[in-house]
Amino acid sequence: MTIAIVDQGAADPDALPVYRPFPGPASKRIVVGYGFWIFLLSDFIMFSAFFAAYAVLSGETAGGPTGKQLFDLRIVAAETGALLASSFTCGMSALAVQTRQFGKVYAASFFTFLFGAVFLGLEINEFARMVAEGAGPQRSAFLSSFFSVVGLHGIHVTIGLTWLLVMLAQIATRGFIPNTMRRFLCFALFWHALDIIWVALFTVVYLMGTAT
Amino acid sequence: MTEETHAHHHEYGHDGYDSAPGDQNAIDVVAGTEGYLLGMVLAVALTAASFWAAQTDLIYAPGIPIALGVFAVAQMGVHLVFFLHISTGPDNTNNILALAFGILIVVLVVAGSLWIVANLNHNMVPMDQLMKMQR
Repeated sequence: MTIAIVDQGAADPDALPVYRPFPGPASKRIVVGYGFWIFLLSDFIMFSAFFAAYAVLSGETAGGPTGKQLFDLRIVAAETGALLASSFTCGMSALAVQTRQFGKVYAASFFTFLFGAVFLGLEINEFARMVAEGAGPQRSAFLSSFFSVVGLHGIHVTIGLTWLLVMLAQIATRGFIPNTMRRFLCFALFWHALDIIWVALFTVVYLMGTAT
Repeated sequence: MTEETHAHHHEYGHDGYDSAPGDQNAIDVVAGTEGYLLGMVLAVALTAASFWAAQTDLIYAPGIPIALGVFAVAQMGVHLVFFLHISTGPDNTNNILALAFGILIVVLVVAGSLWIVANLNHNMVPMDQLMKMQR
Protein backbone atom coordinates (compact mmCIF):
# COMPACT_ATOMS: atom_id res chain seq x y z
CA MET A 1 0.00 0.00 0.00
CA THR A 2 1.45 3.35 -0.94
CA ILE A 3 0.33 6.41 0.94
CA ALA A 4 1.02 9.79 -0.57
CA ILE A 5 1.76 12.67 1.76
CA VAL A 6 1.67 16.32 0.82
CA ASP A 7 5.05 17.98 1.17
CA GLN A 8 4.43 21.50 2.39
CA GLY A 9 8.09 22.32 2.86
CA ALA A 10 8.57 23.72 -0.67
CA ALA A 11 10.43 27.02 -0.83
CA ASP A 12 7.98 28.55 -3.30
CA PRO A 13 4.65 29.13 -1.53
CA ASP A 14 2.82 29.10 -4.87
CA ALA A 15 4.28 25.75 -5.93
CA LEU A 16 1.88 22.90 -6.44
CA PRO A 17 1.92 20.31 -3.61
CA VAL A 18 4.46 17.55 -4.15
CA TYR A 19 3.32 14.01 -3.46
CA ARG A 20 5.90 11.49 -2.36
CA PRO A 21 5.54 7.89 -1.25
CA PHE A 22 5.36 7.10 2.44
CA PRO A 23 8.92 6.16 3.47
CA GLY A 24 7.97 3.10 5.50
CA PRO A 25 9.12 2.34 9.03
CA ALA A 26 11.35 4.94 10.68
CA SER A 27 15.11 4.36 10.63
CA LYS A 28 16.78 2.46 13.44
CA ARG A 29 18.36 5.69 14.72
CA ILE A 30 14.92 7.26 15.18
CA VAL A 31 13.42 4.12 16.76
CA VAL A 32 16.36 3.64 19.16
CA GLY A 33 16.54 7.36 19.99
CA TYR A 34 12.81 7.43 20.72
CA GLY A 35 13.02 4.27 22.84
CA PHE A 36 15.86 5.79 24.84
CA TRP A 37 13.81 8.96 25.26
CA ILE A 38 11.00 6.85 26.78
CA PHE A 39 13.58 5.31 29.16
CA LEU A 40 14.82 8.78 30.18
CA LEU A 41 11.26 9.91 30.89
CA SER A 42 10.68 6.83 33.05
CA ASP A 43 13.94 7.68 34.84
CA PHE A 44 12.52 11.16 35.52
CA ILE A 45 9.43 9.47 36.99
CA MET A 46 11.63 7.34 39.28
CA PHE A 47 13.43 10.51 40.40
CA SER A 48 10.06 12.19 41.02
CA ALA A 49 9.30 9.55 43.67
CA PHE A 50 12.62 10.30 45.40
CA PHE A 51 11.90 14.04 45.14
CA ALA A 52 8.44 13.51 46.63
CA ALA A 53 9.99 11.58 49.55
CA TYR A 54 12.52 14.37 50.10
CA ALA A 55 9.86 17.10 49.90
CA VAL A 56 7.72 15.29 52.48
CA LEU A 57 10.63 14.51 54.87
CA SER A 58 12.84 17.61 54.48
CA GLY A 59 11.54 19.09 57.74
CA GLU A 60 11.88 15.89 59.80
CA THR A 61 15.36 16.45 61.23
CA ALA A 62 14.72 14.55 64.52
CA GLY A 63 16.68 17.16 66.46
CA GLY A 64 19.65 16.71 64.13
CA PRO A 65 21.30 19.24 61.78
CA THR A 66 19.18 21.05 59.18
CA GLY A 67 20.04 21.68 55.56
CA LYS A 68 20.83 25.29 56.35
CA GLN A 69 23.54 24.16 58.80
CA LEU A 70 24.98 21.45 56.52
CA PHE A 71 24.96 22.77 52.94
CA ASP A 72 27.79 24.85 51.53
CA LEU A 73 26.42 26.75 48.53
CA ARG A 74 29.93 27.50 47.17
CA ILE A 75 30.48 23.76 46.66
CA VAL A 76 27.02 23.42 45.09
CA ALA A 77 27.84 26.30 42.70
CA ALA A 78 31.12 24.59 41.73
CA GLU A 79 29.31 21.27 41.16
CA THR A 80 26.71 23.05 39.01
CA GLY A 81 29.40 24.77 36.94
CA ALA A 82 31.28 21.49 36.40
CA LEU A 83 28.15 19.65 35.25
CA LEU A 84 27.10 22.51 32.93
CA ALA A 85 30.56 22.67 31.34
CA SER A 86 30.46 18.89 30.96
CA SER A 87 27.09 19.11 29.21
CA PHE A 88 28.46 21.72 26.80
CA THR A 89 31.54 19.68 25.84
CA CYS A 90 29.28 16.62 25.48
CA GLY A 91 27.29 18.59 22.89
CA MET A 92 30.55 19.45 21.10
CA SER A 93 31.55 15.78 20.99
CA ALA A 94 28.09 14.79 19.68
CA LEU A 95 28.61 17.27 16.81
CA ALA A 96 32.09 15.85 16.17
CA VAL A 97 30.66 12.30 16.05
CA GLN A 98 28.15 13.36 13.40
CA THR A 99 30.92 14.91 11.30
CA ARG A 100 33.20 11.88 11.99
CA GLN A 101 36.19 13.76 13.43
CA PHE A 102 38.13 11.42 15.74
CA GLY A 103 40.38 14.13 17.23
CA LYS A 104 37.53 16.44 18.17
CA VAL A 105 35.53 13.56 19.67
CA TYR A 106 38.43 12.56 21.91
CA ALA A 107 39.26 16.17 22.89
CA ALA A 108 35.66 17.13 23.74
CA SER A 109 35.04 13.81 25.54
CA PHE A 110 38.21 14.29 27.60
CA PHE A 111 36.74 17.49 29.03
CA THR A 112 33.29 15.89 29.41
CA PHE A 113 34.87 13.14 31.52
CA LEU A 114 37.09 15.59 33.42
CA PHE A 115 34.23 17.92 34.43
CA GLY A 116 32.01 14.94 35.26
CA ALA A 117 34.75 13.50 37.49
CA VAL A 118 35.22 16.90 39.18
CA PHE A 119 31.49 16.96 39.94
CA LEU A 120 31.58 13.44 41.35
CA GLY A 121 34.69 14.21 43.44
CA LEU A 122 33.05 17.28 44.98
CA GLU A 123 29.91 15.28 45.78
CA ILE A 124 31.80 12.36 47.37
CA ASN A 125 33.83 14.88 49.39
CA GLU A 126 30.62 16.57 50.61
CA PHE A 127 29.07 13.21 51.57
CA ALA A 128 32.23 12.14 53.43
CA ARG A 129 32.35 15.43 55.35
CA MET A 130 28.70 15.11 56.39
CA VAL A 131 29.09 11.49 57.50
CA ALA A 132 32.22 12.43 59.47
CA GLU A 133 30.24 15.17 61.23
CA GLY A 134 27.68 12.60 62.35
CA ALA A 135 25.15 13.75 59.74
CA GLY A 136 24.98 10.47 57.84
CA PRO A 137 21.85 8.95 56.28
CA GLN A 138 20.91 7.20 59.55
CA ARG A 139 20.74 10.48 61.53
CA SER A 140 17.23 11.61 60.52
CA ALA A 141 14.50 11.07 57.93
CA PHE A 142 15.61 14.34 56.30
CA LEU A 143 19.17 13.04 55.87
CA SER A 144 18.00 9.59 54.67
CA SER A 145 15.98 11.20 51.89
CA PHE A 146 18.80 13.69 51.14
CA PHE A 147 21.41 10.95 50.64
CA SER A 148 18.89 8.90 48.62
CA VAL A 149 17.96 11.53 46.08
CA VAL A 150 21.40 13.18 45.71
CA GLY A 151 23.14 9.78 45.81
CA LEU A 152 20.82 8.38 43.11
CA HIS A 153 21.89 11.24 40.84
CA GLY A 154 25.54 10.58 41.74
CA ILE A 155 25.14 6.90 40.77
CA HIS A 156 23.71 8.01 37.43
CA VAL A 157 26.74 10.27 36.86
CA THR A 158 29.06 7.34 37.67
CA ILE A 159 27.23 5.13 35.17
CA GLY A 160 27.44 7.96 32.60
CA LEU A 161 31.22 8.31 33.03
CA THR A 162 31.65 4.54 32.57
CA TRP A 163 29.42 4.61 29.51
CA LEU A 164 31.49 7.47 28.03
CA LEU A 165 34.69 5.40 28.35
CA VAL A 166 32.97 2.43 26.68
CA MET A 167 31.79 4.67 23.84
CA LEU A 168 35.30 6.05 23.26
CA ALA A 169 36.69 2.51 23.19
CA GLN A 170 34.04 1.48 20.64
CA ILE A 171 34.73 4.52 18.44
CA ALA A 172 38.48 3.85 18.63
CA THR A 173 38.16 0.17 17.67
CA ARG A 174 35.10 0.13 15.40
CA GLY A 175 35.09 3.66 13.98
CA PHE A 176 32.05 5.73 13.09
CA ILE A 177 29.68 2.93 12.10
CA PRO A 178 25.90 3.48 12.52
CA ASN A 179 25.87 1.35 15.71
CA THR A 180 28.44 3.42 17.61
CA MET A 181 27.00 6.71 16.33
CA ARG A 182 23.55 5.67 17.52
CA ARG A 183 24.87 4.69 20.95
CA PHE A 184 26.73 7.98 21.24
CA LEU A 185 23.43 9.79 20.53
CA CYS A 186 21.86 7.89 23.45
CA PHE A 187 24.83 8.64 25.70
CA ALA A 188 24.57 12.38 24.91
CA LEU A 189 20.83 12.32 25.69
CA PHE A 190 21.58 10.56 29.00
CA TRP A 191 24.28 13.07 29.97
CA HIS A 192 22.09 16.11 29.16
CA ALA A 193 19.16 14.54 31.06
CA LEU A 194 21.35 14.21 34.18
CA ASP A 195 21.96 17.96 33.98
CA ILE A 196 18.19 18.57 33.94
CA ILE A 197 17.81 16.45 37.09
CA TRP A 198 20.64 18.38 38.72
CA VAL A 199 18.76 21.65 38.07
CA ALA A 200 15.82 20.25 40.07
CA LEU A 201 18.23 18.97 42.74
CA PHE A 202 20.15 22.17 43.40
CA THR A 203 16.89 24.15 43.37
CA VAL A 204 14.77 21.93 45.61
CA VAL A 205 17.41 20.45 47.91
CA TYR A 206 20.17 23.03 48.22
CA LEU A 207 18.67 26.46 47.41
CA MET A 208 15.23 25.92 48.98
CA GLY A 209 16.97 24.11 51.86
CA THR A 210 19.14 27.09 52.70
CA ALA A 211 16.73 29.95 51.88
CA THR A 212 15.01 31.34 54.94
CA MET B 1 16.54 -2.98 2.20
CA THR B 2 19.18 -4.29 4.58
CA GLU B 3 19.66 -2.67 7.93
CA GLU B 4 23.04 -1.26 6.95
CA THR B 5 21.87 0.57 3.82
CA HIS B 6 18.74 1.66 5.64
CA ALA B 7 20.78 3.12 8.46
CA HIS B 8 23.12 4.75 5.97
CA HIS B 9 20.16 6.23 4.18
CA HIS B 10 18.84 7.99 7.28
CA GLU B 11 22.10 8.37 9.11
CA TYR B 12 21.19 11.46 11.05
CA GLY B 13 17.91 10.34 12.48
CA HIS B 14 15.78 12.54 10.26
CA ASP B 15 13.80 11.09 7.36
CA GLY B 16 11.65 14.12 6.55
CA TYR B 17 8.88 12.90 8.85
CA ASP B 18 10.37 12.22 12.28
CA SER B 19 13.52 13.16 14.19
CA ALA B 20 15.28 11.18 16.89
CA PRO B 21 15.46 13.18 20.13
CA GLY B 22 18.84 14.92 20.20
CA ASP B 23 19.08 15.10 16.40
CA GLN B 24 18.55 18.24 14.38
CA ASN B 25 17.27 18.41 10.82
CA ALA B 26 20.67 19.09 9.29
CA ILE B 27 24.26 18.82 10.45
CA ASP B 28 25.77 22.27 10.55
CA VAL B 29 28.80 22.48 12.83
CA VAL B 30 28.80 26.29 13.06
CA ALA B 31 25.05 26.56 13.77
CA GLY B 32 25.28 23.55 16.10
CA THR B 33 28.11 25.11 18.11
CA GLU B 34 26.23 28.42 18.29
CA GLY B 35 23.19 26.56 19.61
CA TYR B 36 25.16 24.86 22.38
CA LEU B 37 26.91 28.16 23.24
CA LEU B 38 23.59 30.04 23.45
CA GLY B 39 22.14 27.26 25.62
CA MET B 40 25.20 27.40 27.87
CA VAL B 41 24.94 31.22 28.27
CA LEU B 42 21.20 31.00 29.10
CA ALA B 43 21.76 28.12 31.54
CA VAL B 44 24.58 29.95 33.35
CA ALA B 45 22.45 33.12 33.57
CA LEU B 46 19.48 31.22 35.00
CA THR B 47 21.69 29.31 37.46
CA ALA B 48 23.25 32.59 38.63
CA ALA B 49 19.76 34.09 39.00
CA SER B 50 18.67 31.09 41.13
CA PHE B 51 21.67 31.33 43.45
CA TRP B 52 21.15 35.10 43.73
CA ALA B 53 17.42 34.74 44.48
CA ALA B 54 18.11 32.16 47.21
CA GLN B 55 20.37 34.54 49.14
CA THR B 56 18.95 38.01 48.48
CA ASP B 57 16.96 40.22 50.82
CA LEU B 58 15.37 42.03 47.87
CA ILE B 59 12.64 39.42 47.38
CA TYR B 60 9.80 39.01 49.89
CA ALA B 61 10.97 35.88 51.75
CA PRO B 62 7.85 33.66 51.25
CA GLY B 63 8.09 34.43 47.51
CA ILE B 64 11.65 33.10 47.14
CA PRO B 65 10.62 29.45 46.53
CA ILE B 66 8.29 30.64 43.75
CA ALA B 67 11.12 32.60 42.13
CA LEU B 68 13.40 29.55 42.43
CA GLY B 69 10.73 27.34 40.85
CA VAL B 70 10.29 29.71 37.92
CA PHE B 71 14.06 29.86 37.28
CA ALA B 72 14.37 26.04 37.53
CA VAL B 73 11.52 25.37 35.08
CA ALA B 74 12.97 27.96 32.68
CA GLN B 75 16.41 26.33 32.88
CA MET B 76 14.98 22.86 32.29
CA GLY B 77 13.28 24.28 29.18
CA VAL B 78 16.59 25.75 28.00
CA HIS B 79 18.29 22.35 28.46
CA LEU B 80 15.50 20.53 26.59
CA VAL B 81 15.59 22.93 23.63
CA PHE B 82 19.30 23.69 23.27
CA PHE B 83 20.93 20.45 24.52
CA LEU B 84 18.37 17.71 23.84
CA HIS B 85 17.04 19.50 20.73
CA ILE B 86 13.40 18.86 21.55
CA SER B 87 11.46 21.23 19.30
CA THR B 88 7.85 22.02 18.47
CA GLY B 89 8.36 21.09 14.81
CA PRO B 90 6.20 18.46 13.10
CA ASP B 91 9.15 16.01 13.14
CA ASN B 92 9.14 16.14 16.98
CA THR B 93 5.45 15.39 17.65
CA ASN B 94 6.15 11.96 19.16
CA ASN B 95 9.01 13.27 21.32
CA ILE B 96 6.86 16.13 22.66
CA LEU B 97 3.85 13.89 23.39
CA ALA B 98 6.04 11.44 25.34
CA LEU B 99 7.57 14.36 27.25
CA ALA B 100 4.13 15.78 28.06
CA PHE B 101 3.00 12.44 29.45
CA GLY B 102 6.21 12.16 31.52
CA ILE B 103 5.66 15.64 32.96
CA LEU B 104 2.06 14.71 33.83
CA ILE B 105 3.19 11.68 35.84
CA VAL B 106 6.01 13.61 37.56
CA VAL B 107 3.59 16.37 38.61
CA LEU B 108 1.02 13.82 39.84
CA VAL B 109 3.62 11.94 41.92
CA VAL B 110 5.21 15.01 43.54
CA ALA B 111 2.11 17.20 44.03
CA GLY B 112 -0.03 14.20 45.01
CA SER B 113 2.45 13.02 47.65
CA LEU B 114 2.76 16.50 49.17
CA TRP B 115 -1.01 16.96 49.21
CA ILE B 116 -1.78 13.57 50.78
CA VAL B 117 0.93 13.77 53.44
CA ALA B 118 0.04 17.37 54.35
CA ASN B 119 -3.58 16.27 54.73
CA LEU B 120 -2.63 13.26 56.91
CA ASN B 121 -0.38 15.48 59.01
CA HIS B 122 -3.21 17.98 59.48
CA ASN B 123 -5.65 15.28 60.63
CA MET B 124 -3.23 13.44 62.91
CA VAL B 125 -3.78 13.62 66.67
CA PRO B 126 -0.74 15.29 68.30
CA MET B 127 1.58 12.72 69.91
CA ASP B 128 1.18 13.93 73.55
CA GLN B 129 -2.63 13.72 73.32
CA LEU B 130 -2.35 10.27 71.76
CA MET B 131 -0.29 9.10 74.76
CA LYS B 132 -2.94 10.45 77.17
CA MET B 133 -5.71 8.66 75.29
CA GLN B 134 -3.85 5.35 75.57
CA ARG B 135 -3.58 5.60 79.34
